Amino acid sequence: MTTSVAAPEARRVRRYHLALLGVALLILLLSLARVVADAPELTSSGTFGAALLLAVPIALAGLGGLWSERAGVVNIGLEGMMVLGTWCAGWAGYQWGAAAALVAGLLGGALGGLIHAVATVTFGVDHIISGVAINLLGPGITRFLSEVLYAQGTAAADKGAGITSSPGLASQAPSVSLPLLSDGPDLLGKLEATHWFLLSDVAGVLRGLTHDVNVLVILAVALIPLTFFILWRTTFGLRLRSCGENPWAAESLGVNVYLTKYIATIISGALAGLGGVFLVFVTTKYVEGQTAGRGFIGLAAMIFGNWRPGGLAVGASLFGYADGLQLRSSHAVTGLLLFGAILLLIYTGAQVRKALAVNGPGVRQYTAAAVAALAAVILLWLWVTVDKLPNEFVFITPHVLTLLVLSAASQSLRMPKADGVRYRRGEQH
Amino acid sequence: MMPAGLQRTLLTLAGAAVAVLLAVAVSSVAILAAGASPVTALEAMFDFGDTQNQVVNAIAFILNRAVPLFIAGLAVAIGFRMNLFNIGVEGQYRLAAIVAAFVGSQFVLPAPIQLTVIVVVAMLVGGLYALIPAVLKVTRGVNEVIATIMLNYIATNIAAFLVRGPFTGERAAGQLTISTPELPESAWFPNLNFLFEMFGLPAPRSGLWGFLAVAVLLGVVVWVVLERTRFGFEVKASGLSASAALASGVNPKRMVISAMVLSGAVAGLIGLPEILGRTHSYGSNFTAGLGFLGIAVALLGRNKPVGIAVAALLFGFLDRAAAPLQFADIPPSVVAIIQGTIVLMVVIANEITNRMSLRHEERRAARQLAATPSQAKTEVAA
Repeated sequence: MTTSVAAPEARRVRRYHLALLGVALLILLLSLARVVADAPELTSSGTFGAALLLAVPIALAGLGGLWSERAGVVNIGLEGMMVLGTWCAGWAGYQWGAAAALVAGLLGGALGGLIHAVATVTFGVDHIISGVAINLLGPGITRFLSEVLYAQGTAAADKGAGITSSPGLASQAPSVSLPLLSDGPDLLGKLEATHWFLLSDVAGVLRGLTHDVNVLVILAVALIPLTFFILWRTTFGLRLRSCGENPWAAESLGVNVYLTKYIATIISGALAGLGGVFLVFVTTKYVEGQTAGRGFIGLAAMIFGNWRPGGLAVGASLFGYADGLQLRSSHAVTGLLLFGAILLLIYTGAQVRKALAVNGPGVRQYTAAAVAALAAVILLWLWVTVDKLPNEFVFITPHVLTLLVLSAASQSLRMPKADGVRYRRGEQH
Repeated sequence: MMPAGLQRTLLTLAGAAVAVLLAVAVSSVAILAAGASPVTALEAMFDFGDTQNQVVNAIAFILNRAVPLFIAGLAVAIGFRMNLFNIGVEGQYRLAAIVAAFVGSQFVLPAPIQLTVIVVVAMLVGGLYALIPAVLKVTRGVNEVIATIMLNYIATNIAAFLVRGPFTGERAAGQLTISTPELPESAWFPNLNFLFEMFGLPAPRSGLWGFLAVAVLLGVVVWVVLERTRFGFEVKASGLSASAALASGVNPKRMVISAMVLSGAVAGLIGLPEILGRTHSYGSNFTAGLGFLGIAVALLGRNKPVGIAVAALLFGFLDRAAAPLQFADIPPSVVAIIQGTIVLMVVIANEITNRMSLRHEERRAARQLAATPSQAKTEVAA
């Protein structure tokens, strides 16, 4: 991936168009699978609404990972920071409402980020090790705080708190809908209900993404382009990324590498904490263990997205969609098998075409095509025979997909060059 | 002048002691903030009970908790030795435990053979599951940390599916949890209660799990493999400098695969003490999280078997303290804070002591270098 280094304007436009085309193609295929498999939930607004809800915390955690790793600090501790965020949001939220929950969650996550920064930047502890310690500490601290502040006989316990959960939030975060289209006359909703090929599917997707959307969702989605802008279009962002690529070079140009890494890691923690706040808003209270590994999945989404905001968003959407679909209907998931089979068949076709176009096709392309064709056949067979997948297999779909994508594409992934490297000021002169 | 090795050891020990003290201090602040007294907490932690029975039970609890933690620490340490982060111990041991528990329940053989089969199956499953990230790393360049995190989720869900579906056994009347079929008695590992009885003490209620003996043996074997064999040297060399190891003829791909598989095979044993010693089946309330705690234990023990054993005992001791702490009206989760803080403090202390000993070495070398030319000059003059 050298495009990111010196991307000419024209190429970026082409990539943008390609992405749009890809999305259109995906929706077309999805609606085809919807009709053939008779699984309306595949493209229903309910599924996409749920997918959005589930994708946002993953994307926020992923953004957290992006900020710190772009500055060269590997952050496995996102999960622990997210846990801190959920607890603080629940604690502040039940007393002073949604806005306080937001601020407290941000601060809680940032505190986790600060611990990580002190350990890795100041003391040069291995980043993975510090992250593991934070993942141990996060649940420990929150459990302790719950036992102290939510114990029986406290004021919070009277409001419904327990050792594993906070009282409900004092106020909800407001949610908005797109007027006219998804609200009031609800044109998109009506269109979706007609079940026309393609049109209803597009309507369902759009309605799911615009109907009754929490303001925090809008904030979170806006953070993705904002992150891109800050990291790739400002001086500060350039300095931050230079710390992740070559901190010694950055130091020689006068960048305060320690300070930059501190800022990046604290922002990283705050973003993970924000993901936690969002989870609290969804359940309207803090529940122990509600992060359920989303910090790790956010990390995976970021790697999936090649350490870039756009790719991260795609990764998070994928995880969110798979989760949302299984939440809505386990029958629809089998429809996804058909969708996968169609995708694989297209891939096989492309490989065969390529093999025929090139003089003397390589063994590689033949094997790739053969494997894809075989997988497509297996998926088709599964779709025909399996009526209902066991839930456990649905849960692991995103993880298996990540592994597959990583093993197919990890050569073309490029992480920041000095990611996870121990840096000490003045060491290389 | 103190030899450099001794000085480094002393520094390390001092660092560890300071780390533990700092962790105690941090937790004391937490306990004070919770409105309790740290002194009461300390007393509760060391209060093993009044009667002989209670003391014996407490000791057995600590040892029984320490055994799986020790094995987990060993598994993690094998990878850590060559900078290979096997975060996947968690998934490897769960999958290994359920398959071993199921296979063991399907036949009846004389106890030694039956137990050997179960142990071998567990190691095979753990090793094979660890082979996946190893192969992905070697052939496709996939980072092992992220691959093993994904595989942990996959393993947890597969185990949940297996215990609910194909591997499920008959449920006894009144039993709420689901589990694999119960192991035949030939697969029940004999306990070590005679150790207590030898000293005229009563046998502990839960029994001292016999797997303790296997764990000790395993610790010795791992020590020999890591410290006294060519393989162990190559693991260490790859960890210290991959390029130097490659230059001296160590095949890095082979090392990644063999270290990862060995780590996974050891990880496969983590669940066995509990299954063979107490539950005799893999149920839905099987102890989870040992893989992650194993990482902490390995870090505390600095990846050396003896250190890991000490760290596992410390964690077992702290875990036992949860119940007495609750009796003393102190939030028992302070134990988790102590554990987390100790780990963080110990790794920070390690870094500081490393820097100190490095600086010391540099200074000594500089002194010697400064001394040598003048000596040479005096010799010439003479």
